[in-house]
Order: sequence, then C-alpha cells, then structure tokens
Amino acid sequence: MIPAAFEYARASSVEEASKLLSKFGEDAKVLAGGHSLIPLMRLRLAQPAALVDINGIKELDHIKEDGQKLRIGALTRHVTIHNSPVVKEKLPLLAEIASEVGDNQVRNMGTMGGVIAHADAAGDYPTLALILDAEIVTNKRTIPARDFFKDLFTTALGPDEVVTEVVFPVANGPHKYVKFRRRLFDWAIVGVAAQKMNGGWRIGLTNVGPTPVRAKAVEEALHQGAKPEEAAQHASDGLDPAGDLRASPEYKKHLARVLTKRAINQAEGRQ
Amino acid sequence: MAVTQLVGSKIHRREDPRLITGHGHYVDDFTRQGTAFAAFVRSPYAHARVKSIDITDASKAPGVVGVYTARDFKGLLAGTHPAAPAFVAEKKYVPERFPIAEKEVTYQGEIVAAVLAENKSQAADAANMIQVDYEDLPAVMDLEKALEKGSPKAHLDGPDNVCWDFTYTGPEITEAAFKEADVVVTQRVLQNRLAPVPMEPRGVIADYEGFDQKLTIWMSSQNPHFIRLFVSGALGLKESQVRVISPDVGGGFGSKISPYPEDYLVPALSKISERPVKWTETRSESIQNATHGRGQFYDCEVAAKKDGTLLGMRVVQYVDVGAYHGTFGAFQPVACLMAGGAYKWKGISARTIGVLTNRVPTDPYRGAGRPEATHLVERMVDLVALELKMDPVEIRRKNFIQPKDFPFTQNFGLVVDSGDYEKALDKALDLVGYKDLVKKQAELRKQGRYMGIGFSTWIELCGFGPSAATAPATGGIALVESAQVRVTPTGSVIVYTGTHSHGQGHETTFPQIVADQLGVPYESVELRHGDTAEGTAFGYGTYGSRSLAVGGVAISRATGKVIDKGKKLAAHMLEAAEEDVVFEHGSFHVKGSPDKAKAFGEVAFASYGMNLPEGMEQGLEAVAYFDPPNLVWPFGTHIAVVEIDAETGSPLLTKYVAVDDCGNIINPMIVDGQIHGGIVQAIAQALYEEVVYDDETGQLRTGTMIDYMLPSANEIPPILLDKTITPSPTNELGVKGIGEAGTIAASAAVINAICDALSPLGIKHVDMPATPDKLWKMMKEAGK
Repeated sequence: MIPAAFEYARASSVEEASKLLSKFGEDAKVLAGGHSLIPLMRLRLAQPAALVDINGIKELDHIKEDGQKLRIGALTRHVTIHNSPVVKEKLPLLAEIASEVGDNQVRNMGTMGGVIAHADAAGDYPTLALILDAEIVTNKRTIPARDFFKDLFTTALGPDEVVTEVVFPVANGPHKYVKFRRRLFDWAIVGVAAQKMNGGWRIGLTNVGPTPVRAKAVEEALHQGAKPEEAAQHASDGLDPAGDLRASPEYKKHLARVLTKRAINQAEGRQ
Repeated sequence: MAVTQLVGSKIHRREDPRLITGHGHYVDDFTRQGTAFAAFVRSPYAHARVKSIDITDASKAPGVVGVYTARDFKGLLAGTHPAAPAFVAEKKYVPERFPIAEKEVTYQGEIVAAVLAENKSQAADAANMIQVDYEDLPAVMDLEKALEKGSPKAHLDGPDNVCWDFTYTGPEITEAAFKEADVVVTQRVLQNRLAPVPMEPRGVIADYEGFDQKLTIWMSSQNPHFIRLFVSGALGLKESQVRVISPDVGGGFGSKISPYPEDYLVPALSKISERPVKWTETRSESIQNATHGRGQFYDCEVAAKKDGTLLGMRVVQYVDVGAYHGTFGAFQPVACLMAGGAYKWKGISARTIGVLTNRVPTDPYRGAGRPEATHLVERMVDLVALELKMDPVEIRRKNFIQPKDFPFTQNFGLVVDSGDYEKALDKALDLVGYKDLVKKQAELRKQGRYMGIGFSTWIELCGFGPSAATAPATGGIALVESAQVRVTPTGSVIVYTGTHSHGQGHETTFPQIVADQLGVPYESVELRHGDTAEGTAFGYGTYGSRSLAVGGVAISRATGKVIDKGKKLAAHMLEAAEEDVVFEHGSFHVKGSPDKAKAFGEVAFASYGMNLPEGMEQGLEAVAYFDPPNLVWPFGTHIAVVEIDAETGSPLLTKYVAVDDCGNIINPMIVDGQIHGGIVQAIAQALYEEVVYDDETGQLRTGTMIDYMLPSANEIPPILLDKTITPSPTNELGVKGIGEAGTIAASAAVINAICDALSPLGIKHVDMPATPDKLWKMMKEAGK
C-alpha cells in the first residue's frame, strides 16, 4: 500500500500544467481529487513517473451559466456541484448524480474533470455527458463527448492535454438517474440516466460496456409512442457487458432494462 | 456514603474518549529509536515451486539493511507452527509450516523473502525488486475434488489432502430415529469464506537486545501470553526473556488469536539485524493473509414425524482448512457438536473432514463453529416445517429443550446449563408484531411481492472453558483465567486480567464489578491487561466470549480474597473477632455496631504499616485463577423481515428484532453494542461478504475493499433489541458471554427470511451470500 516513487509538481496555471506534462512525458498523470488515481498507485497498479497537481489552479473550479449552457470547471468538486443552486435549477440531473458519487470523502475531493478524464466504465458523469451531447474543453480544443470516450480508461486526450471544463446544455425537464449498487458508496453495477429535453428522451447507461452507452433504441421507441416498459426492453439491444463478481453479463443486461423503465417512470413522477 | 449499584448500569465506555479522539496507542503508534522497517515478498501463485530467488538488485537498493530468505532463518527459528488438537484429537496430515517458504509455496500470499530498510517506502521498493522464479503448480481449490483419488495435492509431499477425518458419532446412532420418520429432508448448506477485516490490521515491533538477551514485542494480538509462549519457544528463549505487549487493539474477530509467520519473522529479524524491527500489515495484506473464517459446507439429513417432532440428524462437515492447519483451525468442528441447536433429538451423527487447499488457512472467526451450527440447524428445521406445511414458530416450540430439562445433557454429552427458549421467542414475536406481519405477507403475496419472515432460535456454548475440556484441546494448557487485584497504600485499586480487550470494553465492565464489590468509587479502580510483564504469570486472552464468564469471575474472586484479608486486618484494628466483622458498602464494621467501622481505604493504608495481626504479611493484593465447572449457554430469538425486489432480486432487510439472554448483565450498553456488532457481521455474511478465489488459478479475486463487500452502516436496517435474563448457574456472577451471540444468530434469520420470501416460487434453500445476481437467477429459473 505504498506507491512507487514519483516526481511531483504543482501547477499554478493550465499552461504550466501542460508544460509540465510535456516535460515529464507519457508517464505523467494529472492529479485532481486523486480518489481514483491514488488508490491505484497505492496498489502499484498505476505507477506514473510524475504527478502534475492541478489543485492550485483556481480558475478551473467554477460553475458558469452561459446562455443555454452550463460550464463546469474541471476542478469543481462533486460537493460543489450537488450544492449549486445554478446546477439544481439548470441541470438538476447533474446535481442528483453528483450527490450520489462515492461517499463524503470522495464527494469532497473528487472533481468533474477527474471523472471525465479517468473514464472509468462505472463513472456516472460520462453517461450524462454523452447523452446530453456535452463538450469536453481542454487546453487545446473542444471535443464532443461522443468522440471523447474511446475505451476502458481511455479517452481522446493527448499526453499534454488537460481537461479544463465540461459544457452541458441546460436541461431541466423530467429526469432521473437510477444507480444500482450493493452499498451506498459503491460504483454503479448498472446505472441509467433519463432526461427529457426538447420534447424527446435521452437515455444513457453506465457500466454496461467499456464506455458509456446511449440507448438510442429506447429513445426511438419512446419517440414512437411506446410505453416506458415496452421501450425499456430495447435498453439491452446490442450490449455485450463484461461480467464481474457483482453481476453476470445476463444480469447486467436485465438490469439495464429494468432500471431504464424505472428511470423513465420515476422521472415522470411515477414509482 | 451514597450507595450506587454499578453492576447493571449503562456506564459509558471509559476507553472511548481515548480511542475516538486519536489518543489510543496501537502498535503502529510506537517506534523505537533505530528501527528498521520490514517488508515481505509474498507468492503471487496459489501453488508453485520456488526455483530461485535473486536478491541482487534489492540488496543494493537505497536504504536496504538486508534481504533475507528461508535459509537465513534456519537454526534461528525452530519447529513448525503449532496446531492445537481442539475438537479433532487425531489428525491425518498436518503439513509442516515454517514461517517462510523455501522450496514450495502453497497459497497466494505465502512469504518467500523479507527486506529490512531504513524506512517503509524503501522496504516496499526493494521488496518489489526481488526476482523470484516460480514454477506454477496445479492449485487445489475444490473440496470434493481434493478428496478424490488422484487429485493434485495442496502440498507436493503430502500423502493426500485430508487434514482430518473424524467421526464423533456414526450413522448407526441415528438409525432408530430415521426408521421412525415420516419425512426426511436433505440439504447441502454452504458457509462462505470470510475475511476478518479488523479496523486495525496486524502489526509487530520486535526489539531484541543482544546484550541483555531480552526480547520485547509489541503486537496487535488477542492473547499476548500465548504469543510469548509460542515465540519464545521458536526462538529458543525462556518465557522470562520475552515480553509481549498488546496495547490498544482495533478489533480481531478471532484473526489475532493464532501466531502468524510475521510474529516469528519480525523478532528473528531483530535478532539478525541487531535492530528494532517494525512491520505494519497493509489492508491488502490483511485481506489476503489474515486467517479467514468459515469456508465450509455441510451435507445434512433430518428425520421428523408428521406432527413436526424432530427425530434425527446426520451431519457431515467439510472444512476448507486452507494450505496449513490454522493453530486453532480444528475448533471449527465444534459446529458438529452444536448441530442440534435448541432442540431435542433422538440421535445425531456427525463427521468432520478437514480438507487442505491452496488458500490462506482458516481459523476461528467470531462465533467459530457456532454460527455454522445455528445456520445449519435453523435452516434444516425450516425445511422440515416447509415440507410439513407447519408454521416455523410452532415446529420450534414443539421441539425446544424445556426449562424443566436444565441442566440438559445433549446428544454429544455437553451439559446445557440453563435456558428458557420459549420466553425469548414469545418476546421476540411480540416485538416484531408477528401476527400482523403474517397478514401483511399474505396481502403482499397477492400483489406479487416477495416478503419473508425468518427465525433463528439460537443457542451458544461459550466461556472456554473447563480445564477438563480445554487442556486436551490446546495440547496441555487449560483455558482458565487469572486475575490479580492490587490495592496501593492510598487505596487505588489496580486490576490485572489475563484476558485482552480489543473492543469489548473491559476497562469499563471489569472495574464496575470490582468497585461494587469493594464499595469504592469506580474511578479508583483501573484495569490493566495486554502486557506479559505485568500481572499474573499467565493469561489466556479473549476469544470465544470468555472474558466475563471466566476472566470476570477470576477478578471477582481475587477481589474476594482482598476483602478476606481486609476483614482479618479490620477485625484486628477494631479489636473484634473476625467472624463478627461485616463488610458492606466499602466499610468493615462490627456486627450490630455500624459506628465501630474502618473504611476500606483505612484498612488498605494500615495493611502497609506496622502492628499487623500475628503472621500477616504487609500489603493488600491477591491472585485468583478461575476454572469454570462448565461452559455457559446463552440463547435467544432473532427475527428478520426481508423484501426481495421481484424485478432485480435485490434483498432489502426491512426489520430486525433480537431478544437475547446472556444471564446477568454488567453493562447493558456494552451488551447492546456487542449484539449490534455481531448482528451486522452476520448480516454481512448472509448478504454481502465472500472471499472469492479463482477456481483454477487460486488467485484472490476479492483483494480490496471494493471487491470484498464489507457493508457500511447505510446497508443495515434499524435493529430492535430486547432481552430475557436467565442467570447462569455455572458461575457466581450468573453471567454468560455475549461477544459472539449476534454473529451466531443472525445469518440464519436473514437467510430463512429470504427463503420464506421466495417459497411461493418453490425455492427452498438459498446459500450465502444472497446477492441480487444470485437471487435473480434463482427466481428466473424457478419461474420457468
């Protein structure tokens, strides 16, 4: 439980962080909340040569309203997001998701940018980013969420690229995130996000594949007037989830269907 | 003087302010000047030949003091790990166990090399640089396959994988019962392997002072005296040369009873390096290497009459011993002797088979054998009830051992000292509102919902133990308990006990007893334990719910001896005959003349002075050993209410009620706390926890707390407690143990509730842990 030795540098600006990343090369990692990275380092499953600490870059910790958009700084903590009146008003589903990430310690330290860049299949924000067509802004460019998540723990980010903010559209219609887990602080075994916007449904699935999944077949069925329980049957279309100790692939697919139905129903105020 | 009764009072735990404000002293809080830090290299394979170990790079790494392999400990550490006979006097094959492997590793985590360095990071880095060349061997993982002829062996040199195969009573003893039977139910019942996960992992600091030839060990242990015995023997030292200190210990649950490889290696490393050596277990090491609990299965048959009368039981227990015989691993077959539970049987046959596998050894874990027995018999009784369409309450009532039957000699000759099982059952039924629940269940079933009510009318044997039973079981040392009570000239009372508190609250409860008995303020009584250099010559540690029922009685008796001496001295001071002196409320007075009195403190002071009665020595202190005439037998009824999500299979505990009887109670708050903790640990076994190894490779798949499902407070329903009080006739305090009761009782209640919930689907039995995935699959299959 003692990490291998590593270099450590604290950046005071995004430019400096990018420079430090270039300097240290491919084995460098950005340190934000650290609640995913540091446990991996303690187990020596991750052995970065250097950590570039961005916790000192204050301008990355922000929540800004920008017309019909909501800009969340990469360093914004989960606790800030779930307590934010702006988020609660403009994108309440994000506030709801933030309130259910990990435990208190994780919520106090973990960040939006960290979750997005870490790209754990069980991460909750990536699902929301995907279904709402959010944009991931880096020090170099803006990447649509659908092009960002490439594989398990793998994103479109280059070696010296730093996530600076995530831009979500405003959406405050019916919404729900159903997160199925054994323990309150656990990752989702399967999670389902449902958001109604512009008259249609956006449905996303967490932890049923290496990257988040948008359940387009469900959205389409709902659009055609299917009842939630009928539409939800399509939630597992095309899924090929990996099994683990908590859930077999069949069970995950089953949960995707059941939870999709529940997410839609609960979003509309039904049990 | 105000007279207050301390015994029976909810006094706040004296140790808590220290522990919860960071002022406790755990092993890792101590560091000796000049300490070298140890790290161990452990086998990544479940079973492999060690072909070579290359220490070249590690030896040159920064800060490294030395790198050591098995040959460095030869001649320094003698013998093999102890394996107590416990409940299996005859063993078939007990593999030799040296604390560090040389040619063959037999479980993932077995130590092959040690590093000492100036700090623990350097030690960890250097340990990573040691190159071990292994030749992978087939891992023995499945108990039944391991028993087949020609199976691969857990140890290459072993004759087979049978550690023990012992029949307590043969099937012939049940023949009459089974002949009479109207129904016979048969079931295999699994006991999932559990990791103990104490909040404080283990840790050892050893300081061998070569000049004085004295070894001091700080260790997170439940029984420091036994550690002194084992480690001094292995190192060729006299017990007097070794001092073991177990300071504050953050939980053990049985995993800190037996000696571990590191307990020998760290002192040996101190001797080799001539420096104090410190090792603190990491959480990963703890989950991987701390002895696991349970890991068994049972094949059981029960015969009964149509009217629900239980007749006979046949039990075969299979114990996953792991790669080596845990020191007290053969305690687990006590499950066989307790398989009859709270009921009367014509005959019970029992056989236990201990199977060697390539997993970490199993050893006692909270309840050890008794949770398994309860789970088995309570499951089987429910299966009989289901078969006969009887109410689970009625079948229990019908077969209970009755109050008039005590002392009751059960099928294996154990004498159950006391009980009133129906009283606890009735109270629990009231508390849970059983009649309403049954109505509600019928309604919910009509709506297609799966609600279940589960019972566990548990009994326990604990308080180890009578010398006649325990001396043969440990290999010679009777598990009695010792106490010393010392009174200083100014009346401070210092109590030394041979038990060890690692969460039980002894610093509070034991002074409650002594303060009441001496009639002195609670604040003037202090409890000490955990240091072999203090107190009596030998102490026996804390496990098996023994501390109060054995240790508490020893303390009370030593206190009695102090009073006896005080009485003699007071009589002399009061110029009265000893038989005319009465001691009450902290004062000695002449019978009938309360004014002619000497306070306890005055007598204490006088005992260190002059003019003592002829022949009396100075001082006021006493030692007592208590050898209990029997074990003690707590009991109770637990009721769990569960609802299973029809779509996801997710079980939700909605209500939990427990009525327990541990005889007289010293501190009700501590008893409630023990019951709460025990219940939570058993709910964890029933629904969440399981150590999983890969079936083929023997790799641990639940090596972190992400995968090893320790539940948190969020997952636990409100627990409603009540009690009955049936004093134990076995000791003068009338007390019984309560440390394990919750764990012994609760898994059966939870699983019985789940089985009850799913019974409309024709599901009769569910094994632990009852995970949503497993339940969903069963429900789907049953619905087909």
